[in-house]
Formats: sequence, structure tokens, C-alpha cells
Amino acid sequence: MSEFLQQLVNGITWGSVYALIALGYTMVYGILRLINFAHGDIYMLGAFFGYFLARWLAPMAMPSGPEAIVVLLVSMLGAGAVGFLIERLAYKPVRRSSRLAALITAIGVSLLLENGGILLFGPDPKFFPQIIPAHQFHLGAGVTISNQQVIVIVVSLVLMLGLRFIVLYTRVGKAMRAVSYSHTAAALMGISVDRIITFTFVLGSMLAAAAGVLVAVQNPKIDPLMGIMPGLKAFVAAVLGGIGNIPGAVLGGLVMGIAEVMVVGYLSPTWRDAIAFILLIAILLFRPAGILGRNTAEKV
Amino acid sequence: MKRSPLALVARAASLVALIALAGCGGKGGEEKIVIGEYGSITGTDATFGGSTRDGVAVAWDELAASGGKIGGLNVAAITPEDDEGKAEEAATAVQKIVNQDQAVAVIGEVASSRSLAAAPICQNAGVPMISPSSTNPKVTQAGDYIFRVCFLDDFQGWVMANFTANNLKLKKVAILWDVKSDYSKGLKDYFATAFKGMGGTIVGDQSYSSGDQDFRAQLTALKAKNPQAIFVPGYYTEAGLIARQARETGFKGPLLGGDGWESSKLIEIGGDAMNGCYYSNHWALDAPDSNLQHFVAEYKKKFNGSEPDAIAGLAYDATRILFAAMNKLATDDPKTFAGLSSKNAGTDLRKQATAKLRDEIAQTKDYPGATGKITIDPNRNASKPAVVIEIKDGKKMFNTTTYPQNTAS
Amino acid sequence: MKRLIATVALLAVLVVIQMILPRAVNPYVLQIIVLCGINIVLAVSLNLVNGFTGQFSIGHAGFMAIGGYASAMFSLHVGKGWVSALTAGGVPALVAQGAALLVALLLGGLLAAVAGYFVGLPSLRLRGDYLAIVTLGFGEIIRVLIINVDAVGAAQGLPGIPQWTNLFWIGLFVLAVILVSRNLAHSTHGRALFAIRDDEVAAEALGVNTTAYKVLAFVIGAFFAGVAGGLSAHFVSYLNPSSFTFLRSIEIVAMVVLGGLGSITGATLAAIVLTVLPEALRSALAYRMVIYSLMLIVLMITRPQGLLGTREFSWKAIRDRLSRRRATGPVA
Repeated sequence: MSEFLQQLVNGITWGSVYALIALGYTMVYGILRLINFAHGDIYMLGAFFGYFLARWLAPMAMPSGPEAIVVLLVSMLGAGAVGFLIERLAYKPVRRSSRLAALITAIGVSLLLENGGILLFGPDPKFFPQIIPAHQFHLGAGVTISNQQVIVIVVSLVLMLGLRFIVLYTRVGKAMRAVSYSHTAAALMGISVDRIITFTFVLGSMLAAAAGVLVAVQNPKIDPLMGIMPGLKAFVAAVLGGIGNIPGAVLGGLVMGIAEVMVVGYLSPTWRDAIAFILLIAILLFRPAGILGRNTAEKV
Repeated sequence: MKRSPLALVARAASLVALIALAGCGGKGGEEKIVIGEYGSITGTDATFGGSTRDGVAVAWDELAASGGKIGGLNVAAITPEDDEGKAEEAATAVQKIVNQDQAVAVIGEVASSRSLAAAPICQNAGVPMISPSSTNPKVTQAGDYIFRVCFLDDFQGWVMANFTANNLKLKKVAILWDVKSDYSKGLKDYFATAFKGMGGTIVGDQSYSSGDQDFRAQLTALKAKNPQAIFVPGYYTEAGLIARQARETGFKGPLLGGDGWESSKLIEIGGDAMNGCYYSNHWALDAPDSNLQHFVAEYKKKFNGSEPDAIAGLAYDATRILFAAMNKLATDDPKTFAGLSSKNAGTDLRKQATAKLRDEIAQTKDYPGATGKITIDPNRNASKPAVVIEIKDGKKMFNTTTYPQNTAS
Repeated sequence: MKRLIATVALLAVLVVIQMILPRAVNPYVLQIIVLCGINIVLAVSLNLVNGFTGQFSIGHAGFMAIGGYASAMFSLHVGKGWVSALTAGGVPALVAQGAALLVALLLGGLLAAVAGYFVGLPSLRLRGDYLAIVTLGFGEIIRVLIINVDAVGAAQGLPGIPQWTNLFWIGLFVLAVILVSRNLAHSTHGRALFAIRDDEVAAEALGVNTTAYKVLAFVIGAFFAGVAGGLSAHFVSYLNPSSFTFLRSIEIVAMVVLGGLGSITGATLAAIVLTVLPEALRSALAYRMVIYSLMLIVLMITRPQGLLGTREFSWKAIRDRLSRRRATGPVA
């Protein structure tokens, strides 16, 4: 039993990382119908921004709490800026072309970030400075959780709630929902579609960067290709929950995280990378719109 | 319908023209000896390709410092061809090295999968290939032109099993291996067989994929089996994180590993969690061996004080053994040696020369390398001892040396 | 009769190419020609699914893996025996190897086609990106499956596959996939596929069995991908699961999109360009992949419809254009 509970804790921590990355996917997809393949690489960039920043701050000997917050926020801003550039320079010019052309562009950007990262940062893994030293808490029944795991869960939760607030209760959030419903209609209502799309990209990139920093704090090893698999799986998580649906992305992320951990713990660990896709195919066959997605009528 | 073959020929012709254009400068010009190297300069394994390249570069710099000539002929600087970490790309890269650049010998690869894809090409072309660090037994079975300068996984697995059972006196070991890596799979199997043969039991078997960040699920499952030690036959890229997370789950015993752990990054990433862990390796950097210390000093000088890993050391040794074989051929048989010159590309003289070069490499005996004394055995594998390194207070300390069973005294 | 003569002539030309080219060019160039051929088979077959039918498959490497492994296993365990038996019976080695290779390739292709059938089925319910993710997932599952099976070498790969692929077989299947695509495009079935691509609802309303046609496109596409996998396995003589990642599928999609969705000529040309380009960029070393990805982005921005759009190469069009230029005055 204690093993099961421990695995559950592991699954929830890992799942909240997927959830954070999945949020960015789901927002961009909801608005542009574009699978932003470069999203996982923004997650990587976020971790690298944090790495350079933490090393730069190290001599100043700040207390770990404020330092961590500075690192997190500045990395998010940096990744947001990169998201802005990517959207303006690469995605905007292909927005009117076929969706496949847009997808290939996204893949091109992803390859560019990965290989550019190898060139700039070097291919070898880097040690992410321990800005928050690890502590173990015993929850009883032999289950332990580290303060870093708690931080991952709490920060993810705060960011998700913040996002939900933005989308539901602010003007820009309303505009985002309008754009995701219909670009033309939104434009007719006086919404600057371009600006909303850019805003969405920046927001999504910031969340991915936050996930990158959180993972790096908890697992202090980063490298330029660290975003590929989490990116792919987070997208699956977004589809699982119902793409374009924010609570769905969170749920999908958690389901994925827990499913993966349980497969490792109780089936065969070699199937960890496949379970995401098996789950996905099963869900799509029986509930194509995802767990929380609405089944929309076929447009005729 | 009739036009299709015409189109095909036209296509082929334009392709040939394109490649001929791109590949200009390979032939002609001054007389020199070309040596090829291929490796994963980009892609997921880029760190191994990079280390190999750097190790080769140190060997080449030493040659260049002494005039850059062997047997009176210039040796061209070795630039690595990138295989992106893919098996088919390795085959293409080696085709280019052998047939376009007309290399007389090839250094590469780290990953056994890529060495296996490239080996038949070198074998068919009659060009010796020296793998610095492919530890899978199948690699040198590809033919009599394929060599390696590292020990094999079966030996390494046995060394660690022996160390665990007889030095650490442990009976129950769990394994956490990398399912994506052929190296890890091989080492795990050899270790398990040897360890069971010594009366030990494998209490748990879990795996991960290289690149993973989170191993808590596997470690939680393994810990439930109460192992005395965990064998992690993967690369340092994951081993450091695995150690950290193992300590988080409350596992106090030693983690054991193989030569894939060797890197200065291991302790940087793993931190205190690495203390009390052991791994088998090609060298111990604190050993007072003069060849080793010479290489380490040269490497640090060239790369701003960074510490070489064993992959770089093996690449250095592979290159030096090749140079030594060429030197020997130049003194023993200067006429045949002249066949290695670029102006003889494609001639019978070249064929004889590379065949002779092969013989010279095969006769390597007690070569004093940075990674120990290297003797090429009749199966073209390196027969050399392995060391076990203990990590103590954040430092790698030499623990024991184990010699191959048949030569152990 | 005319058809028979044309076929025989084609085969004869292929035999001549196989006899002359390997002697005329060095093995490196030859290897690139073969890789171009394999990529053409992959790109043109994916074009059937993505270009003709408007479905969205990004799991082509999975079919390739099935075909590659199946044909390699056949050759290793059965085909090799056949060849030695046949050559002992006086059959020339090339013929015996060719026969064994053909059986292996067809077997690999068929197995891949069966997989294609099962992957195509969800297209009953799934559209666009969802289908894309299912195909992606399929590719990954196949790779994980191979890693888990020790009989095919798991992560260590499958070495020692007989090297039977030569230019003749590459040429044969390049022609086959191009001709099948071309004839399909000009047939009723092809028109049905185009109708699905352009407007699925309208196609259905017109009585096109959309499901059957979509699955058909998947099955044919998968068959040729499997054959390409087999050709590749019998050329490199080594298989490794890491060769069939998601990135490999993406490479093939890039070829189709770059060439122009729906254009056979485009897919063929793009396959050649994207095979030769990385080779030509070799001297750029570490910058190679950065340049490659940048070119991909720039091309998509400047020419999103691909190099050729949906246009096809044909002598007739060229003749028409020439004669129109020669004709005096515009035709009313």
C-alpha cells in the first residue's frame, strides 16, 4: 500500500509538469489549430535561462526563496520573449497557408531550437544549480515527498489558477476565447486578432518555461534535447483532456503522469513511453473529443 | 510511360554532378595521408561524438607539433563526419570517408549500433576501422579489418559482478537499465549472468529511456524489493539524477555502474548522492601512470582546463595506435607505406598498403596508452585490465584493478 | 502488347543501369542514389495519404519499421536458405538473391499494409490533427515494441542482414510507386480520393465511400513504406529501432510538403533534394542541422504550397506550351 501511495505522489508531481506544458499546447491549438511542436523546446529554453540566471546570481548569495522566485519569473519572461519572436518571425507569415505548411514550420522551429541549443550550450548535460536544497517530508505509511515536489505541485497549481483567471475574467481572456471561436467574428467585433494570438503564444511559452525551471530544480540536469519527449507527451496529455480545454489539459497531464508511473511500478517499465500513446488511441476511439472535450456536431 | 527511365537517368546524372561539385577538393592537390573519423556531432548522442573528436584532436595536435608527417608524408588533419547519432547516417558518412575522401583508416564510433552499421563498409573496402569505445562483442565480428581499443561488455559485466559479490560481499542486487541503449542492455545481461553464477540474486529489474528526467517510479518499485545495491549500467547523463532520486526514496546502499558513468559531470550532477558508489572504468584519473597524466595535461591545456572523460581517452589511444602502426609500416616497409598516399587512391598499391596497415594494427602489443597497456588479441579486441572506481567525499578514488580472466595471475 | 513491350523495355533499362552505374561512380555516390530511391518510395507513398486523400499521417516510419524488420527476419531465417539452395542448384546468385529479396519485400510490405489497415480504421471517426496524433502514437508504439522484443535484437539492433538491395530493385520500386500513384490519380478511385481531400462531406453526399477510400490510401501507402523499409534493411544490412523515430516520419512529411502536397513529381524531387542537401552541407558540420532547419522554415514562409504545388511533370504540358508559343496569335 505504501508503495502505491508513494507512486501516486510521484505520478502527481510528474503529471503536474505535463499539465503545465500541456496548457501552452492547448491554448495555441485552441486559437490557431496549430500543433506547436516547438513548445517542448521552449520548455528546454526556460530551463536554460534559469540555469544561466541562477549561476549569475550565485555570487550574490541571496536567500534561496527570493532567488528561486527571481529565477522563475525572469526565465518565464525570457521564454515569453522567445515565444514572441517565434510567433512573429516564423508562424505569422504562414498563418494563411495550409495547416500542413504551418506544421512543417513548427517542426522547423523545433529542430532549430534543438540544434541551435546544441551549438550554443553544448550537447553535454548541465548541472542546474540547487537554488532550493532538497528536504524530505514523511507523510506517514512510509510515503515521502520532497519540498521540491511540493513546490512543483504548488507552483503549477498557482499558475494554472492564474491562467484560468486570465482566460475567464479579464478582457484579454475574453478576447482569446472569442478568437478561438472564430477569427473573423472576433475581428469584426474589433478584436485585434494578431495581438491576441501573439499574447497567447507568449503566455503559453511562459508556462512552458516555468515547467522547465521547476523540473530543473527538482531534477538538476538539463540538456538541449530535454524538451522532445516531455513536449510530445504533454501534447498527448492535451489531446487526452480535450484539446482547447484548459481544465482538460490539467486533467490530461495528471492522468498521463499517474498512468506512466503506475505502468512502471506495476507493469513493465519499458512500456512507459508507449503507454501515453496507447491511452491516447483508446480515448480517441471511444471519446474523440477527449475526456473533457465537447463532442461537436459535424460541420456541413 | 516510356519517359520514366529517362527521367531516372537524368535524375541520377544531376545527382552525380551535384555531389561531384560538393565533394570537390577530396582528390588531387598535394600528396598526403587521409584518416577518417565519424561520430555523433549532432543528435541525442552528441556528447559522445564530441568527446571522441576532442580525444582524436589531442592525438593529432601531438603529431602536428612534431611536424605532422609519418614516413615523410603529410597526414591530413582529421575532421569528423557527423552521423547525427543514426545508424544509416553512420553508413553514409563512412562511405564518404572511405570512397570520397579516400581515407586509409577510420576512427569511430562510440555506440555499438553505429559501429555495426559502418563496419561492413570498411570491411568491404579493405580499410581498417578502429572503434575507440564500442563495447558490444558483435562489433569486431564484422570482419578482420575491424578493431577496438576498449574492453568488452562481457568482461566489464563480469568485473562488476565479481566486485559486488567478492569485494563488497553483497548478495541481493537490483538492476536499473536504459532500454534505449544497446550498451546498457548488453552490460546488464552480462552482469546478471555473472552475478548469478557467483551465487547472487537479482531482486529487481527496471528500466528507463535515456533522456528521462524522472526515475522515482522505478526507484520506488525497486526499493520495495530491498536490494543491497542497485546496478545502473547506463550513462552518466542519467546516473547522477538516478543517484539523487534514489537517495530521496531513502535508498542508502551503493549504486554500481559501468564505464558509461565516466565523466566529470557525474559528480557535479549527482552531488553527495554519489558518495559510496562504485563503477568500472578504463582508467582512474588519480593513477600515477605517466601516459595517462600526459594525456590529461595535454587535454586540459587544449580545452581550457576541462577534465577528459574515458571516451576521449580511448579516442586518443585509438588514434595513437593507428599512428604507431603507420610509423611501424613506414620503417619496416617504406615501399608499401607509400601506397597510403592520396595519389595512390584506388590502386592495387593502396590495397596492399591498407592490408599491411591492418596487419600492423593487429600486431599491437603492450601499447602504453592513456587507458592502460593495450594488446590487440586475435579477435581484434583489446585485452586490457579494468579498474573499479569508488566515489568518496565527492572524489573518484581508485579502488581495484581486475585483469582479464585468462591472463590474470 | 504495347504495355508489355514498355514493361520489358523498362526492366531492361534497369538492368543496364544496375550493370553500369556501380562501376561508373564511387560507392558513396551510389549509396546516396540508393538513399534517394528509398526516400522517393517513402515520400511518394506518403503523398498518397497526405497529398491525395488529405489525411494527415505522421507515422510513416512505423510502417517502414514493420516492413524492414519483417523482411529482414524473413531473409535471415528463410531467404538465406533459399538462396544457398538455389545457387547450389545452378541458379545465378543475383537471380536467387533477387527472388529471395522480392519475397521478403512483399512480405514486409504486406505486413505493413495490414498495420496500415488498422491505423486507417480510426480515420472513420477522427479528422485532421487527431488522426495525425494517432499515427504518431502508432509509430512510437511500434518502436517501443521492437525495443522490447529480444528476438529482433531489441535496442542492440539486427546486424548481418544480407546485402541484396541493388539499383535494379530500388529502381523497380521507385517506378512501381510512381506508376501506381499516377494511375491511381487518373482513375475513378483517384478522383474519389481527391474529392475526399477537397470536401469530405460533399464527397460522401455524392456517394463516395469515404471510409473505404481513406483506408485504401493508408493500406497502399503503408505497403510501399514497408517495402522501403525492407530495401533499406537489405542495403545497410543493419536495423536499429532508433532509426524509426518520430523524426524519421517528420523527414518524410517534410519531403511531401516541400514538393507540393498531391504532386508525385514534387514528392520525388523533394525526396532527392532533402537527401542530397544534408550531404552537400556536410562540411558545415555542427551547423548542418541548424542550416537545414532554417531552410525548412524559410521555404515554408516563401513557398508554402511546396516547390511544385499540385503540378505534375509531363511531356505533353511542355509540348503544349512550346507549340502554343510557336502558334501565331492567341487562341480564342
